Amino acid sequence: MHGLIARTLQCFLQDTYGLSIWQKIAELAKLDFDDFEAMLDYDIRTVEQVLEAASMCLEKPRDALLEDIGTYLITHPNNEGLRRLMRYGGVDFFDFLHSLEDLPGRTRLAVADLQLPELELTDSVPGQFLLSCHGSLSEMPGFGHVLVGVLRAMADDYGALVILDHRGALGQAEVIDITVVETDFAEGRSFELAAAPPPVRREKAS
Amino acid sequence: MKLSSDALDALMPMHLSISADGKVRHVGPTLLKLMHHVCSEGRHFTDVLEVYRPKRAETVPMLLDLAGRRLQTRLRCRAKATLKGLVVPDGDGGAIVNLSFGIGVVDAVRMHTLTSTDFAVTDLAIDMLYLVEAKSAAMEASRTLNRRLQGAMLVAEQRSFTDALTGLRNRRAMDEALKRLIRGGECFALLHLDLDFFKQVNDTKGHAAGDHVLRVVAKIMLELTRKSDLVARVGGDEFVLILSGLRDRTRLADLADRLIGRIEQPIEVDGDLCQVSASIGIAFNHPDATPLETAEELLERADEALYSAKRHGRAQHAFSVSEPEKEDR
Repeated sequence: MHGLIARTLQCFLQDTYGLSIWQKIAELAKLDFDDFEAMLDYDIRTVEQVLEAASMCLEKPRDALLEDIGTYLITHPNNEGLRRLMRYGGVDFFDFLHSLEDLPGRTRLAVADLQLPELELTDSVPGQFLLSCHGSLSEMPGFGHVLVGVLRAMADDYGALVILDHRGALGQAEVIDITVVETDFAEGRSFELAAAPPPVRREKAS
Repeated sequence: MKLSSDALDALMPMHLSISADGKVRHVGPTLLKLMHHVCSEGRHFTDVLEVYRPKRAETVPMLLDLAGRRLQTRLRCRAKATLKGLVVPDGDGGAIVNLSFGIGVVDAVRMHTLTSTDFAVTDLAIDMLYLVEAKSAAMEASRTLNRRLQGAMLVAEQRSFTDALTGLRNRRAMDEALKRLIRGGECFALLHLDLDFFKQVNDTKGHAAGDHVLRVVAKIMLELTRKSDLVARVGGDEFVLILSGLRDRTRLADLADRLIGRIEQPIEVDGDLCQVSASIGIAFNHPDATPLETAEELLERADEALYSAKRHGRAQHAFSVSEPEKEDR
């Protein structure tokens, strides 16, 4: 599994719950190193162990934890760079939803070896969408929950009122129900092309 | 087919429509933004745009002569932006010039606070901006890893103060310690110990046996010295001991003899007995000498003493007889 994903998990735990909790989780997961490196690869089982340990230590269900990671990815100041990249998806939330299928491709453009599950957006009635993550169950189980967190945070970012529901697995895909109630429900956060991108992640001196 | 100016604006937000007489008929919305919304309609196109490559174009026929070629142009207004361009005839004797930032788009967006609606939906400019941001983010992550790896390398280098075979300090560690002690004006004695008959062990019993002997000898040296002393393996069968605060010749002679005595005890290797001995040269440093003796000079004196011990039949110690110049006592 790509180190960026493992590292994100660590940063989420560290930034949200503090360094000592992270260390406790790392110990519980029997990690034989202190930190995940964003640019190295890890065994998916190692990352699963950390997730399991976190769920146990924080007494929080795995799905809820994954959704929190998605929200953290967009809302935490350390991830402002990522929020900006996501905002390139479109000028409003509808535009953004329609750009979601491009997300794995866009991601590969930035980090060639980071493979995200293929996404498929279908709309039934106006304002109602179904988002399927294909192949995530075997490659990245729970990716859909992270996505729910991301979508929730992005809706907020655009100022849209949205109802999201993770419907579980449907065949080989995770399926998310999206209902857009209003696109300009509240004032979103600003996004200017010209804003100088801040560093992706603050690093603590080691 | 006739396109409305709204349609042209949507397709080419940075176009300039020029009528047959050379006057500007219409300016695309993004180009207008670049020109700070100064209306230039009705002015001659050369007052608005300078076409300088592949050839200067000052009239409409000259401009249309360049149709289909890649133009390099410059705005005449304050912005002075350099733009890529393409000219095509408009079918009425005039011309349409479409302009683009090219690679300068990143700076242009910043300079003119452009937004995604300033670009045609089909324009790759926004994707290019995305790519620039994404790449710098990925690069930053990469640099972070490099910084951490460099830190790890420094740690590893420090670890290499240890001799891998014996676990004693190595020459690097000895050099550092010696320099530090001399700089700090400390009093200490330096013992240069060289094993005797070690080559025979290596030659007759093999390197594994030789390595074992070195480990046993290292252990003996650690046992007979204090924790605060430094014991280093500085060569194949050469060792340096730095004993801080020790100036007493009798005690040192006694220690040297005990070291030799213990090292001479036969060492068992796979049921076989190996016997080696040791010669030791001893030198004191002189923190009050002027100029201060360097580490190299001190080591050299210990080395001279060692060879004098060897010359006198090995398995013994000798004190350095030469003293640093201008000694002060």
